[in-house]
Amino acid sequence: MPYVPHTQADTEAMLSVIGVPSIDNLFREIPDNLKVAPGSLNLPPALDEHRLMAHLSEIAAKNLDCTKLVCFLGAGIYDRYIPSTVGAVISRGEFLTAYTPYQPEASQGYLQTIYEFQTMVSELYGMDLANASMYDGATSMAEAAIMSVGIKGKDKVVVSEAVHPHYRQVLATYCWSIGIHVETVPASSGVTTSWNADEASCIIVQYPNFFGCIEDLAAARAAADAAGALLIVVADPVACALLKSPGSYGADVVVGEGQPMGIAMGLGGPVVGLFACKKEFVRHIPGRIVGKTKELHGDRPGYVMTLRTREQDIRREKATSNICTNEALMALAATVYMIALGKNGMTTVATSSVRNTQYAISALSSAGFSVKFKGKVFGEFVISLPKNATEVRDAMLGEGFLAGLPLGAYYKGMDDDLLVAVTEIRTKEQIDAFVSALTEVTK
Amino acid sequence: MSRMQKMPEPELIFDRSRPGRIGCNVPRCDTPEVDVASAVGAVRDDLHLPEVSELDLLRHFTNLSHINYGIETGFYPLGSCTMKYNPKINEQTARLAGFANLHPMQPVATIPGALEILYGVQSMLIEITGFSTITLQPVAGAHGEMTCLMLIKAYHESRGEGNRTVVLVPDSAHGTNPASAARCGYSVKSIPTDAAGNTDLAALATALEEVGPNVAALMLTNPSTLGLFEPNIERICKMLHDAGGQVFCDGANMNAMVGTTRPGDHGFDCMHLNLHKTFSTPHGGGGPGCGAIGLQSHLEPFLPAPVIRMSEGKIIADEDRPQTIGRVAGFYGQFLMEVRAYTYLRAFGKEHMADISRYSVLNANYVRERLKDVLPPAHDRPCMHECILTAEKYKKEHGVRALDISKRLIDYGFHPPTNYFPLIVPECLMIEPTETETKETLDEFCDAMISICREAVEEPDLLHDAPSTRITGRLDETLAVKNLDVRWWPNQ
Amino acid sequence: MSNIPSDLKYAKSHEWVRVEGDVATIGITDFAQSELGDVVYVDLPAVGKTLAVGDIFGSVESVKTVSDLYSPVAGNVLEINPELTNASELVNTDPYGDGWMIKISLTASVPSELLDAEGYGAVAH
Repeated sequence: MPYVPHTQADTEAMLSVIGVPSIDNLFREIPDNLKVAPGSLNLPPALDEHRLMAHLSEIAAKNLDCTKLVCFLGAGIYDRYIPSTVGAVISRGEFLTAYTPYQPEASQGYLQTIYEFQTMVSELYGMDLANASMYDGATSMAEAAIMSVGIKGKDKVVVSEAVHPHYRQVLATYCWSIGIHVETVPASSGVTTSWNADEASCIIVQYPNFFGCIEDLAAARAAADAAGALLIVVADPVACALLKSPGSYGADVVVGEGQPMGIAMGLGGPVVGLFACKKEFVRHIPGRIVGKTKELHGDRPGYVMTLRTREQDIRREKATSNICTNEALMALAATVYMIALGKNGMTTVATSSVRNTQYAISALSSAGFSVKFKGKVFGEFVISLPKNATEVRDAMLGEGFLAGLPLGAYYKGMDDDLLVAVTEIRTKEQIDAFVSALTEVTK
Repeated sequence: MSRMQKMPEPELIFDRSRPGRIGCNVPRCDTPEVDVASAVGAVRDDLHLPEVSELDLLRHFTNLSHINYGIETGFYPLGSCTMKYNPKINEQTARLAGFANLHPMQPVATIPGALEILYGVQSMLIEITGFSTITLQPVAGAHGEMTCLMLIKAYHESRGEGNRTVVLVPDSAHGTNPASAARCGYSVKSIPTDAAGNTDLAALATALEEVGPNVAALMLTNPSTLGLFEPNIERICKMLHDAGGQVFCDGANMNAMVGTTRPGDHGFDCMHLNLHKTFSTPHGGGGPGCGAIGLQSHLEPFLPAPVIRMSEGKIIADEDRPQTIGRVAGFYGQFLMEVRAYTYLRAFGKEHMADISRYSVLNANYVRERLKDVLPPAHDRPCMHECILTAEKYKKEHGVRALDISKRLIDYGFHPPTNYFPLIVPECLMIEPTETETKETLDEFCDAMISICREAVEEPDLLHDAPSTRITGRLDETLAVKNLDVRWWPNQ
Repeated sequence: MSNIPSDLKYAKSHEWVRVEGDVATIGITDFAQSELGDVVYVDLPAVGKTLAVGDIFGSVESVKTVSDLYSPVAGNVLEINPELTNASELVNTDPYGDGWMIKISLTASVPSELLDAEGYGAVAH
């Protein structure tokens, strides 16, 4: 077995130093009735590397992935351009195989990348600061809600129904567990128009929202202020390269999914949660944060994990969260992405998404389809189909398209509605073909 | 060891930025231009992101990688973290287009291969752990712990025992245990460890009596964080079950058990696994973690949906779970990490699986034996996959702390072991060599430790001033807190 | 040896109390601050908060430890030391003076279990 390098001679020499006759002897404290004999588990046989690759390739080939289908499905995870440099950097063993930078002198490389990550996430969101990342967008939002209850002390949180349904499901699970009441407010016109924020610790709105619509953050801010609640915004970082930032509207906490920034869709994981907030809340935030400092006995700058007393390994049951890991490798991917695209590239990607989306909307409208919510949208929108959206979606697979998300499973009365995303990598030709195919299957 | 020529201080990428540069070849848009403001509303004009060339970008990260230490750089005996070799084949399989380019909300009918991976990992982990079910939705170890506690909570509530609100946690536990319990609304009661390093059974009995009908669960790490197998495990589980409580196994130390003993047979009701420790998915600098959980059948109804299971000869993603606790993460969990874990499990297979525990335990006992004269083990018993040593005498006699020894190890080219954990061992050094290290590497490490212990006596300042060979010396962590600087600003 | 002024009362949890009329000033001892190391943050209660003997009134943090602060007396918080927000190092440099933490308006007599300097000296080592 190449990953276990012991020769027979090694093993014998080591056992002799330890002074035991066998490896079995080292397990003598385990009661015999709890042991299983080596090799006795009912597992498939070992595969050599060549056969392993062939086996995995065969399994992978069974999937209809987005190199085989043209992807118009978004809903929180997006088929976007990934620069070649991302894979090159995150494959480097010094990053890939490092642990958490608890020993800063041996981890300056990673710590600096996280400092740069925190800077750019803060910049996109227009916030004072960001942490070193969270598991994903959904858990980041749930953590923000729980943080708001810790700050405001009221055990109710309010969330718009135009926030991603999976995020709301995760919020519900977390809140059930810790005893927080979640109230959902409607967004029947595609955006949230009223907030029942009395006695709430926060209100949560998505920007752009699940339907692709641009929410009125100024109104949300006013509603939060009227109720003495925090404003939590779930924001798409790519959209934020173009739209006015949530911070500029006065958001208290901004969270989001970092996957659109250089991370493979990968069936939704691993991805990376973003978490940014106003400076005044820094002692309440979950997760790791990296700070710049200097040598104890010198002047060289360096980076360390800081405000560590918030974390579980020190504060135990009084920690701000139980989170231990961040998603460092995925945050590194996002860091490379934000630098590779930079100011102009990210603006271009966001603008191209808007152009492609607008083109798709006008092409679909010309073909007789009706866009459900007429307001401003970023890179995604809802169309109402003449028949069941799930059936249409399934029929579109046969035409080579992942056509979007049927909304009936998530929203009452929306069985014929399809959520369609059009990213910067879709071409005019693909969009035209999509419209033709959709016309065909809905006949 | 003399101080090397200092490397130049790495600059921040922002310092390298020049207006107009770009670090990639952005997709061209071929649809008509639009009035952006009328499409999306208010737009920003103040985006301060770096503008650098693609080559400068790569040099930046290559240079930063040179001042970062990974398993591929050298020996990484960080206790409790299982820093084993992460096979390259795992990276290759995870990058297959048929896995990497799957959308989590695409129809389940289009992803039979993905379901085969998930179901395959679940099935192999069921056999290895002895539990009746595995779910892969939790995305990290702490997340898995929390999910287990939620299942326990749902179970108690389903039986009308919502009054069970106290979780017992040994004083040697990982901090995530009490933190996860608090996250589920539980209060935490600490249980002491006895002189031999085992759970103090008398204290446990007393605690159970005090808490009475309110006990929800015990969270137990086995082997313990002291690197010792809990020989009374069956009895402990029985005590909890008799009191109406559940027993959770913290699976951080599963590496000691793979193929040798199965926690599902010990009496545990549920456990979490860290696939990034035991099953070689890369730690990535502190994430992504990957936290499967195993459970006995009575907890199954409460599993987070969707549940990947076999139904009429077909693998399905079952969303119809009326008693589910709900989702704990956005989608299916860390799918591409499951691909890596699957690859790893299939590489070992039936024939070799037990090698993981057997050789990790051999390596740990070898290090323990070679170092015992300079750094006494906390307990006089065979260790499992990691050994816990104490540097207390160097603190008392020479003013040298475990931290100083660790920092000096960096000068010798090794990553330090875990320090000051578990909290109950003074000046603790927790060394976990893993099974993937050769005898020569262990010997080099032990020689370095012995040499450092000699330096601690003869030249303690060498240790106090360490490390002296890295890009920076010891850093001022107080300044980092008091003068909080967590980002660069555009006008800086 | 740490400094233990003879005119103060002490709790075993390392808080000191100075009683002047019906107002008690509270801080942590020189021994406590030296055990903690550099204090980087002090979390104090809102003015007006009612405390019973033994209630947690806040916490004090160094880089890698957090210690709860326990009220040695009963009363209402009258004042908190505003300087500690930006100069938590005062707890290290002047624990009995500028590093004071809270003033409490006493609602009951000072508990007799509190230690005098000699008694505390036996605890603080």
